[in-house]
Amino acid sequence: MSKHSLTVNIAGLELKNPVMTASGTFGYGEEYADFLDLNRLGAVVVKGLSRQPKEGNPVPRIVETPAGMLNAIGLQNIGVKRFIAEKMPFLRGFDTRVICNFFGDSVGEYVEVAGMLSATDGVHALEMNVSCPNKQAGWCVFGTDPKVLGEVVSSVRKVCTVPLIVKLSPNVTSISQMARVAEDAGADAVSLINTITGMAVDIKTRRPVLANRIGGLSGPAIKPVAVRMVWEVFNAVKIPIIGMGGIFTAEDALEFLIAGARGVAVGTANFVNPSATVDIIDGLHRFLDAENINDINDLIGSLHRS
Amino acid sequence: MSRHFAASVVEHHDVNAGFRLLTLSPDTPALPPEPGQFYMLQANTTFDPLLKRPFSFFSAADNTISFLYRIRGKGTRALAALDTGAKLSVIGPLGNAYPLPEGDYIAVAGGIGIASLYSLLGAVPGRALLFWGARNRNELLMPERIEPLVKTVVMTTDDGSVGEQALVSVPVKRFLADHAHLPVYACGSTPMMKAVADVCAEAGARCFVSLETYMACGVGACLGCVVKIRTQEHPQGTFRSVCKDGPVFDASAVIWEGAGE
Repeated sequence: MSKHSLTVNIAGLELKNPVMTASGTFGYGEEYADFLDLNRLGAVVVKGLSRQPKEGNPVPRIVETPAGMLNAIGLQNIGVKRFIAEKMPFLRGFDTRVICNFFGDSVGEYVEVAGMLSATDGVHALEMNVSCPNKQAGWCVFGTDPKVLGEVVSSVRKVCTVPLIVKLSPNVTSISQMARVAEDAGADAVSLINTITGMAVDIKTRRPVLANRIGGLSGPAIKPVAVRMVWEVFNAVKIPIIGMGGIFTAEDALEFLIAGARGVAVGTANFVNPSATVDIIDGLHRFLDAENINDINDLIGSLHRS
Repeated sequence: MSRHFAASVVEHHDVNAGFRLLTLSPDTPALPPEPGQFYMLQANTTFDPLLKRPFSFFSAADNTISFLYRIRGKGTRALAALDTGAKLSVIGPLGNAYPLPEGDYIAVAGGIGIASLYSLLGAVPGRALLFWGARNRNELLMPERIEPLVKTVVMTTDDGSVGEQALVSVPVKRFLADHAHLPVYACGSTPMMKAVADVCAEAGARCFVSLETYMACGVGACLGCVVKIRTQEHPQGTFRSVCKDGPVFDASAVIWEGAGE
């Protein structure tokens, strides 16, 4: 449709454009197949998978906040076996990349799930969730303790036969340090940011609004934080970055790309506008046309340093 | 035909204090809804409120869809401010529908719950025995449009301004003593629907409830709106999405603790 190219390469994986869905906001793809042509996406990133199905947290699980929302879904998912049997046949029917987000509650479980997914036909890359803030159990330290993060990433790296993306938590003192740890442990790419932990209070009942008390903040409210962190990580590691956090428009996506992201993921925007991803792709084409840029890679990391 | 479309406001007016009737015309051909289905409506694009809000449709005609709603929070206040000609983004129709009754049936509406049941009353006219409860006279909305569609109507109010001063489940319970063979369709507040579900369970009547929860996506992706439902595989209950697996559930399967808003 256009003379310019939106193709990007992330850790050896070629994407027709840099726009993908953020895990947890797009189900297993089929939920939105009625609303947009999945073939147009750079990649579909599916809801986080674990070895066993997970029921998730009690309700209320979500609350809207100014320009954002808090969620504490608690990683509800159908489990890796049902995903491979029931959801992958559908996803294999599309000309897009399938990236499987996954997590575990022990290093052994991470390794097992990564092995199963990366051996599955049609799974093009894995995204490791080490940063979901919803779970009170010990595993949430994976993403916030450099030593533990290095250990789990290097263990998964040994069994993962496709590109391995590590999704970083913003709820740390230095996300650059965590990105370097992931890179040193063998991550092929990093994605950031996961949600920022937050809380909302019902002033009448004086209770937290969410049953889980704390939740993860997403939406336009967190975009400046995410752009800043992408820029910091871009200056700290050599591996590619997938940027996310409050991307609603092509202009938002461009901020991330210019700051150093090679891919961008659209999350909360899907809820508000089911065709947000394709609208953003169209907007990227328009921007490249208007700015006379032939290759989107010329924009990536082009932020002026002076 | 896409279930995501832009629409224009063709009519928007107060019904009673605090309630409005909004009529939209889709800008592109839209799918016709079935009774009990809902739409996600977005009144503005300012990011605050950020999310669309779910509304059962009230009625649908050739190229219009109407919504009867209560002004209640940030989302409905933004919606209430829309003038004729305003554009808004819509997703729908969404969710399942009321299984249509084959003969007479009992409809139980609590307050604004009449908005969802109205589509059923219109689809199966003249067969409903309507039990209709509200806080007061002001909140028994549009009786001139409701009453022609039903066989009988019993009203209750919390303040006694119309009908019996009681919860609507009280006359329903009395009626079920002799009519437990009729299916019951209920929509209202969560405590009201639980009370109706309880009297139906006691009487042995089949009961369908249309649940209301906070939603983000409306299409089963975010898993924010779940409710615990008993299934054959999970007799202790498992989470189901109100937006996709509901909003209409067999009341005997609903685990009410933690359900709804």
